Amino acid sequence: MMEFSTWDIVRNLLLAARWTIVLSLVAFAGGATVGLVILFLRISKQKAARVFAGGYIELFQGTPLLMQLFLSFFGLSLLGVEVPAWLAASVALILWTASFLAEIWRGCVESIPKGQWEASASLGMGRFEQMRHVILPQALTIAIPPTVGFSVQVVKGTSLTSIIGFTELAKAGQVLTNATFMPFTVYGFVALIYFALCFPLSKSSQFLERKLNVAHRDH
Amino acid sequence: MGYVFDYSWIGEYSGVLLKGLWLTVWLILVGATFGVALGIFCAWVRALGPKWARPIVGAYVELIRNTPFLIQLFFIFFGLPSLGVQMGETQAALLAMIINLGAYGCEIVRAGIQATTKGQFEAGWSLGLSRIETFRHVVLIPALQRIWPALSSQIVIVMLGSAVVSQIAAEDISYAADFIQSRTFRAFETYIVATLIYLALAILLRQLLKGVGWVLFPKRSAAR
Amino acid sequence: MSLIEITEVRKSFGDNEVLKGIDLNVEPGEVIAIIGKSGSGKSTLLRCINGLETINAGSIQVAGAQLATDELHLKALRLKVGMIFQGFNLFPHKTAGQNVMLSQMVVKKTPKPQAEEMAKKMLDRVGLGHKFDAYPDQLSGGQQQRVAIARALAMQPVALLCDEITSALDPELVQEVLAVVKELASEGMTLLMVTHEMRFARDVCSRVVFMHLGRVHEIGPPGEVFGNPKTPELRQFLGQTH
Repeated sequence: MMEFSTWDIVRNLLLAARWTIVLSLVAFAGGATVGLVILFLRISKQKAARVFAGGYIELFQGTPLLMQLFLSFFGLSLLGVEVPAWLAASVALILWTASFLAEIWRGCVESIPKGQWEASASLGMGRFEQMRHVILPQALTIAIPPTVGFSVQVVKGTSLTSIIGFTELAKAGQVLTNATFMPFTVYGFVALIYFALCFPLSKSSQFLERKLNVAHRDH
Repeated sequence: MGYVFDYSWIGEYSGVLLKGLWLTVWLILVGATFGVALGIFCAWVRALGPKWARPIVGAYVELIRNTPFLIQLFFIFFGLPSLGVQMGETQAALLAMIINLGAYGCEIVRAGIQATTKGQFEAGWSLGLSRIETFRHVVLIPALQRIWPALSSQIVIVMLGSAVVSQIAAEDISYAADFIQSRTFRAFETYIVATLIYLALAILLRQLLKGVGWVLFPKRSAAR
Repeated sequence: MSLIEITEVRKSFGDNEVLKGIDLNVEPGEVIAIIGKSGSGKSTLLRCINGLETINAGSIQVAGAQLATDELHLKALRLKVGMIFQGFNLFPHKTAGQNVMLSQMVVKKTPKPQAEEMAKKMLDRVGLGHKFDAYPDQLSGGQQQRVAIARALAMQPVALLCDEITSALDPELVQEVLAVVKELASEGMTLLMVTHEMRFARDVCSRVVFMHLGRVHEIGPPGEVFGNPKTPELRQFLGQTH
């Protein structure tokens, strides 16, 4: 059996952490895009669109991410193609992230005073123009802290993709544990690396939130 | 698409699913009870407890909230035995859930406590209540009432997150699904069924927690 | 044909009928004050003319544009009537100048230089040319309301609807806004204003509408309405406010 030094363990974990970061970015960027579409549907004037978006959010927030990963993995393979784990993982994480971001952002959009809708409507703007030029720019400011806060959940969520065979930080931890029989050390380091990724995000979310509250009090 | 959906296996494996359902329900009921209790205790320490204990609880909360539940579970189940702490998969799953919910619960309850004004503490003391009594009657109950919706959502999140305890072979719903699909080769259908069970459970749990809220905080709820 | 034709308009919120058949024609250049107790339906009427509320029956027409619920008709109508709100509703993330430019560029597709020129002209008109780059939270309430007026004027409407535009202002700021409105009136702008400023109504308006319980209870030139109220309700209302 090969001997592993502590540095070997850390080095291998750090290399695998790159994929945790890449997957997190993909999930977040994709989730934000899909989430924006769901948000528009959720606050649409069409009842059918609102019901659909509400159902989407309920479905993805009311079921385990693990099940969504399995369904993505096995569902995509029903289409007859060999599905790589990264694809199934990305699809599931994007859809899952979208449901949470859409709901977070809806709260922000709804906190914009009604007068802003009315004033922009009275100037002749259509619904999309109102969103684009008046509502979203304002909602964006208040949406930043909770959105950054949710990115922590995304990073942590990527750990589940190890279960469908995507090799990222958590999977590397399992492989290294099997090779070294040092679970305490390995999972300790795995936890520390996740912490190093997530803690700055958590803190900046709190910082931004405080800053926003102060700004609001000043006005 | 030539795929034909097949759900004929459900009858044969309903017992397996029920057994898994039972463990998931048991885990969340026991886990939520102790997890919320731990969260309240930690919130008390951070707000009013001994000064030396506050940073310890703070570190615990940050550590748990910034690492994945799956890793916490692996650490407890695979890592702790090397320190001589041995436990079965069900105990490990339960412990991980309690520790996880405890950290989130602490932050949620603390937010509720912080909304309590100093005047209310002083009113409690001036009536001759001890610090602990003041905490319980004047601070905690209104705080819990205020944050009950947030705490309820967190409990549902922990229940859904518990699906990964199948990875240490605790025999919950997702474990049952893994088992069934390995026998039937009907993976997609199996996980659809398991997902729907979780969805129903999440909806029921939300209602149950709403009911618990009504029982625990009857007066002010009625006033609203 | 009148500029604004309101015919048999009815509006309910649930079981509560707030407009019980309103008929009102406004000629070009008229300045009309709508007075009445709160809950008499005066603000609702104004909001209906701008399509912010849908009406249950009747019709509203402004310079040939018919009120309808689809976005195309609404837009055509809203391009003809501007609206000023009690709470100003300036866009807080835009400067005064950008507030005035935005809808020109977005709705009318006016090129930026022209929109900017128009914005300068309109801000000058309300006496705030020097505040072009100020954000709303750097302006007093009176200044914000004047920017809101400039913003509506930049769309070159044929009529302006003013919904209690001085009610949210500190007393010392009321006059600067009313002065702008008076100026507009003298230039021939058609104005429909819900107001509590009785003196202003008396001095500036061509007609006064007294609304009561969802109906036009009395209507006439200010001299008649204020000097010789015919109904006990109007007499009581005027007695209260003086």
